[in-house]
Order: sequence, then C-alpha cells, then structure tokens
Amino acid sequence: MLPDSNVPEGPMADKWENHKFNIKLVNPANKRRFTVLVVGSGLAGSSAAATLAELGYNVEVFTFHDSPRRAHSISAQGGINAAKNYRNDGDSVYRLFYDTVKGGDFRSREANVHRLAEVSVDIIDQCTAQGVPFAREYGGLLDNRSFGGAQVSRTFYARGQTGQQLLLGAYQQMMRQVGEGKVKLHTRMEMLELVTKDGEAKGIVCRNLTTGEITSHAGHAVVLATGGYGNVFYLSTNAMACNATAAWRAHRNGAYFANPCYTQIHPTCIPASDEFQSKLTLMSESLRNDGRIWVPRDPDETRPADQIPESDRYYYLEEKYPSFGNLVPRDVASRNAKTVVDQGQGVGPLKNGVYLDFADAINRDGKDKIEERYGNLFQMYERITGEDPYAVPMRIYPATHYTMGGLWVDYNLMTTIPGLYAAGEANFSDHGANRLGASALMQGLADGYFVLPYTIGDYLAPKLGEEPLSVDDPAFIQAEADVQGRIQRFLSIGGTRSPEHFHRELGKLVWEHIGMARDRNGLEKAITEIRALRDEFWADVRVLGESETLNSSIEKAGRVADFFELAELMARDALDREESCGGHFRVESQTEEGEAKRDDVNFANVSAWEWHDENTAQTKHIEQLDFVEVKPTQRSYK
Amino acid sequence: MSTKLNLTLSVWRQPGPEARGQFVTYPANGIPDDASFLEMLDMVNEQLIEQGELPIEFPHDCREGICGTCGVMINGRAHGQERGTATCQLHMRKFSDGDTIVIEPWRAAAFPVVRDLVVDRSPLDKIIEAGGFISAPTGTAPDANEIPVPKEVADSAMDAAACIGCGACVAACPNSAAQLFTSAKLWHLNSLPQGQAERFRRTEAMVETMESFFGSCTNHGECTEACPKEISQDFIAYMNRDYMKSLVYNRRLAGQR
Repeated sequence: MLPDSNVPEGPMADKWENHKFNIKLVNPANKRRFTVLVVGSGLAGSSAAATLAELGYNVEVFTFHDSPRRAHSISAQGGINAAKNYRNDGDSVYRLFYDTVKGGDFRSREANVHRLAEVSVDIIDQCTAQGVPFAREYGGLLDNRSFGGAQVSRTFYARGQTGQQLLLGAYQQMMRQVGEGKVKLHTRMEMLELVTKDGEAKGIVCRNLTTGEITSHAGHAVVLATGGYGNVFYLSTNAMACNATAAWRAHRNGAYFANPCYTQIHPTCIPASDEFQSKLTLMSESLRNDGRIWVPRDPDETRPADQIPESDRYYYLEEKYPSFGNLVPRDVASRNAKTVVDQGQGVGPLKNGVYLDFADAINRDGKDKIEERYGNLFQMYERITGEDPYAVPMRIYPATHYTMGGLWVDYNLMTTIPGLYAAGEANFSDHGANRLGASALMQGLADGYFVLPYTIGDYLAPKLGEEPLSVDDPAFIQAEADVQGRIQRFLSIGGTRSPEHFHRELGKLVWEHIGMARDRNGLEKAITEIRALRDEFWADVRVLGESETLNSSIEKAGRVADFFELAELMARDALDREESCGGHFRVESQTEEGEAKRDDVNFANVSAWEWHDENTAQTKHIEQLDFVEVKPTQRSYK
Repeated sequence: MSTKLNLTLSVWRQPGPEARGQFVTYPANGIPDDASFLEMLDMVNEQLIEQGELPIEFPHDCREGICGTCGVMINGRAHGQERGTATCQLHMRKFSDGDTIVIEPWRAAAFPVVRDLVVDRSPLDKIIEAGGFISAPTGTAPDANEIPVPKEVADSAMDAAACIGCGACVAACPNSAAQLFTSAKLWHLNSLPQGQAERFRRTEAMVETMESFFGSCTNHGECTEACPKEISQDFIAYMNRDYMKSLVYNRRLAGQR
C-alpha cells in the first residue's frame, strides 16, 4: 500500500502555510538532541545541512567527493527561476505554478508544485544575502532573462555558471556550520547501504574511498540528496561519478521508486564523436534564444554549411512550430532532432547532429554582442570539437540530462520508509514528466532551504528522548557484512572485462530502447538483454587490486551493478505506461502530427514501484493525481 | 575524421600515502586526437586492466572544467600548456604524434598524495571553513533588490568567484602558496555590500588559516598562469591590503583580554 501523500487540506494557495502551522515542532533547546544524516552535498544536501544546523540539529554530511563543493549541481549553467516579477511582465506565483504543472505534462502533484513556486522568491533573497553574484544591471538591481521558452523573464543567473555560484553559496553556509561544530563533514565516504529497524530508517553504512574502511553511522533521520540516475545511459551530461546507488539501496530496503521512465533528454549537447567518448557536454539552452536550428533538406548533402542556400535548409522547428520556433520545450526539441537524424538528414562526420546556427544573430547584433552573451560556451565548444562556432554552425544533438523519476516522497519529502527523506533530483520531484529549464536549481534549493527543515520536525518531535540505534546493533552488523560481501564478490569474480565496459554496453541498450522513443517490442527486448548483460557482468567482471585503498574499480563496479537493476525497472515502467507524456514517448501513443498523446483516463497517476528481491519483479502502486487548479490540456507549441 | 596519435606516457605511480612512488612508462597508441586528455587516460587504463595491471588512479568528475576535481601536472605544468584550460578540457589535438608526456600529481606539501595522481586538497576547505562565507542564516534575508550592487562590483565579484578550487595555483607555485585561491574568495565576499559586516574578521581568519597550511607568496605569478579560470593575481594585492587593515580593526583595545 502506498502511504497517504499528506497533501494538506484547504485552498491551493493556503496549503503550505496551513501545513507549516499544523505540523509538530521541536523545541529549540531540544533540537540538539537529534542527529540527522545528510547524504550528498549538492544544492539540496548542502542547503538542508546548513539550515538544519542553523536550527540547532546535529548534522552529519556524507559525500563521496574530496570536497562538498564538487557535487554535480556545480555544472548547471543557465539559471534559476523565481516568481519575483521584477520585470513587471505579468509573472506571479500562480503563473510559475501553472507553467510548471503544464510543462510537466500534467504528471506532477499540484500541491508540491505550488509550494515550489511560493518559496522560489525566498530562494533568490536567501542566495543574494549569501553573496551569490547574480548578474546585475547598471542600476545595481538584479537582471533576468527568459529561459527555455518561458513567456516571462523570471530566470536569475550568474554568467553561465549559475549552478556553481548557488552551490558555492550553500557550501559556504554549510562550511560555516562545520566551523561551528554543528555539522560533521565526512568527505570521500560513499553510502553503500541503508539500515532500517522496525521499518524505520536508522542509519547508513559507508565505505571510506581512501582507506576502504567500512563504517556505520546512526541518526534519528536520514536525508538522501544524492541526485539523479542519468548515468544509467552511460553517455550523459552527468559527471562521471553520478550514480543511483544510495537511492537504489534505499529502494531495496523498502523505499518505493516512482516514475523511473521519466528521463529528460536535453536538446543542446555536443554530439558524440567516437566510441571512446566518456561523457557528453551540455551547451546551455540559452543558445536557442539566438541560434537557429536546421539540417540540410537533402540527406545526401555534401556542401559545407555556409554554402548551402536557404532554400536547401530545413529549419524544422521554425516550420513546424511557428509560434515557439526554436524555443519549444526540451522534450519537443529533442524528439524533432531525433526524427531528422533518423531520416538521414543529420550533420557532422557521423551524421549524428543538427546545426545550431548563429550566422543570423551575428549579422544582426554583431560578433561582440554574441561573444558577450555566450563567449564561454563558444570557447568550450571550440576546445571540445576543434571548430570555431563563430565561423561554422555548432553541431548539437540531444543527450540525457536529468531524471524526473526518483524515490517516491509524500508532501513532507518523506519516502515510504519513515525517517528516510529524499530531496532534490533524488526524489520523484515536482517536475512531472518533463522539467522546465532553470527549475532544477530552484527545486533543489527549495527542498533544502525551505521545505525539509520544517517538515522533518514533524517526524522527529515524537521521538524526543530516543537514542539513535547503536552501531553495534545486529541491523548495522548485518548491513556491514552485506557491503563487505559484495565488495569481496567483485574482487573474486576474476573475469575478463572492466566495469567500464559493462557500463558502456548497458548504456547502449538503454539509449536504444529506453531513450527518446519507446515501443513495446523494444522495451521487452531491453528487459531480456539487460538481464543477460547483468548475468554476464556478475560472471565476467574484472575488478583488480584490493579493497583497503583507493580503488576506483570497486566504486565503479558497485554503481554499475545497481544501474542494471534500475535500467530493468525503467524498462518495465516505460512498458507499463502505455501513453506518451513529457520525456516519456511511446511510439504507440502519438497524435496524427506525431506529438506525445497522453491518456488521462488511465495514466493521470504516479507509478511507485515496490522492491521484493532480485528474482521477483517489483509491484506497482498508484497515486492518483487530481488536477483542481490546472485542467489538463493537450500541450501545443504550434 | 580524427587522426591517431602514438604517445609515450611517463606516469607517477604511488600505491599509497606512505608508499614510495616512481615513474612508470606506458605506451599510449592509436589515441584519436578528438579525445580529451582524460579519455586518453581512460583508454590506457582499459588496456592496463586487460593486461591484469592496476589502472592509474586519477582525479576527475564533471569533465566540463567546472567541478575542480581534475588536475595533474602535464610535462611539469599544472593542467598542461594550454592557457585557461582545466585538464579535462585539454584535448589530444594539442599534442603531436610521437610525444612523450610526463604526468605527475599536484606538487605541494599541503596536498599529500593519496594514490597515483590523486592528492588530498582538504586544506582548501579549511580556509573556507575559517571565514569564506557571509553569515546569512536561512530565513533572514531581505528582498534581493533591497541592496543595489553596482554592475562593475558584481562583475568583478563574479570574476573572483569563478574559482573552481582545483588547487592548480598551489601546485604551480614555487612556494606552494594558496594566495590566489584565498584572495579570490576574499575579493568575492569583501567587495560586495553584503560582505562588509564580517570583512576584516573574515580576512584575518582566512589568511591565518591559509598560512598554517601553505607557503608564502613571493609574487612569481605562476598561479594566474596555471589557473584554468585565469583569475587575476590583482586579488592577492587586495587581500594583502585588507589583511593589513584587519590587524588594526581586529586589534583588541589595550586592557582587553
């Protein structure tokens, strides 16, 4: 049974205020009697840790990085949305709420999204007070831009490094609490198991990545802020170490995993150039404000881009979507790029990209203006491809970027395991089936600064006087033994192929069958092939060296092993959801014009999957989504 | 299509912090020049694993030049010869067929080797912990537009805040000094109106924590040369000015304990 989502009663605009009043509080003097473990130090983790410590809780933070500042939030480029209406262009909390529900293709929980829009304004105030150097105008006030096709300018940004600056802000607030002794920081510690007792989260088991030591850590509550699972595709814009292990271990211990098939493919990334490629690099979506996307009409075109006359160019987004043009939402832009490349119209040596052309913008505004806007991105592109984007059009192609699915949480961000919370990208989130640009930073910080620190008290208050479970408890001893056993198993297989090899092969399967377009045959095939590859992995993986030292092969093997199980669940979820919505496109469910076609009668719901064991398929639980404020419509960007 | 390079690598291998290290030579053949430097190391590692040898441990994560995890000495230069480029953004087309490439970990006493090319940079976090923040507990902030910040000030704060904390400045410095790192954070926070209340307390705390781990600056300028974000050494001058002032402002009055 899926627990109640705990959405408060009352009108949408009052739900969060009422809820804050109604939930239990922990007396300021008693907060120090509680210990909260926070896993992950990105936007959600750092902001939650800092805020919980400021409130008086004892906090322990775990990160597998050598410094908390390295979490992958740092790579976010474009910006962060907030309903400040500083531009006086008609923005409001309600409009941000409305846009996010619609952009998510009506697959998110309305009450959560409204809360997100409400606290968005506080985030900007908070970050500015911390000294985040947001872009400003000459009058000294904050600048905004329109982002990802929004009809209002509500995006705040710090050059092309918004994620970096927001993360450094949260990291610095957290380091202040480290100095005060309120946060205990564990770097290079990877969570490898969740420990529960009597159905409640009691702590975690970690491996010290430098010494290999396995240790147990107990607390009154555990917060997972461990990011998404985009690296299941192997090639993605995620950092190399991003993984799903912490969330997956929680899933195996009883936390339901929601909507795993909702993955976001970002339209503007540099296409892969060869087999050796280790990751894909995102080119900020802001480029679509000035770049025009096209491919040659003739699949056999051989002329260089600048010699192809207008009449032989196919500006497919501008032709198909006259009102939004190159600024259609991410899922639509990505799918259309796939269509033209599949038709053989792709460009580049591998014919696996489309042009993003700045020639018109340079003619109109001058090279200097374009350089001022996108200089750092153009430079990054030039370094990676060796081509000068001022002279020849960029080549771009979609790549996995973000995962909307994740651990199921209620309105309090608590998973189906009492005492276990999930924040940021790790939870199944407020983005429904498709996330809008500049909303990930907003959600991570909303969860960490303004939601979790309130809601966690509701769970902790009745536990006053309870000690954390002893790390000598059999539950911890057993979990440590399981972790040790798994590592020893990797080391003893003595196969022939590296964990990296298996990851790459898995990624190919997932991209082919559970990528931008999915159908029944492909998904069924994916499940069979993923299982076969998983069996091969457990029989033939080669992990060299020993455990009592830094050994990245052990780290990698554990993460890949969990990706196998997650990939299978993704396929099963995609198979089960016989509709198209947002990032999930079932070929069988499309309109006559080839757009995603939802089935609101049967699928206006959340699929939350319950783990049993390796040999039994997960069972599905349903949370019905009710749309009171925003009535579901067919999205149209024509 | 890309052309292929045949290279020779001379790589520092060290099994642990206390163990003795040495250079080991590896061939790196058939490396496509489209590959990044780290992808070249990936390929060498795959080969080593195939031969039953332990792969080279090297620091890396985002591979977009922003997380600051990566960084090795390439032919004696931090992040290699290309200006304003982190190791992960360096591509093999900058090398020629037949080259020998010497790869070492960051060189600094404050950054002990963990294994092979991986070092411990935790002293940089200690400097931030000492004062690299503006105390703004969640919930206390006024409206963001209440304090106007001149564009020039915000821009130069951003220039300094662009630091990715990779430690190349320390590794490149003959004194292993961390002045560029520390001064960049100080200028970011000290130049903004929000950062004034704690300005001199912050400066003294961060500089003194820095001094307890790192060497002293003698204005060689190698730090700016090596910095993947090309952070200006002017910030060091601003830091020194604020530090001198802080010794006066923070001084206790006679008779105070």
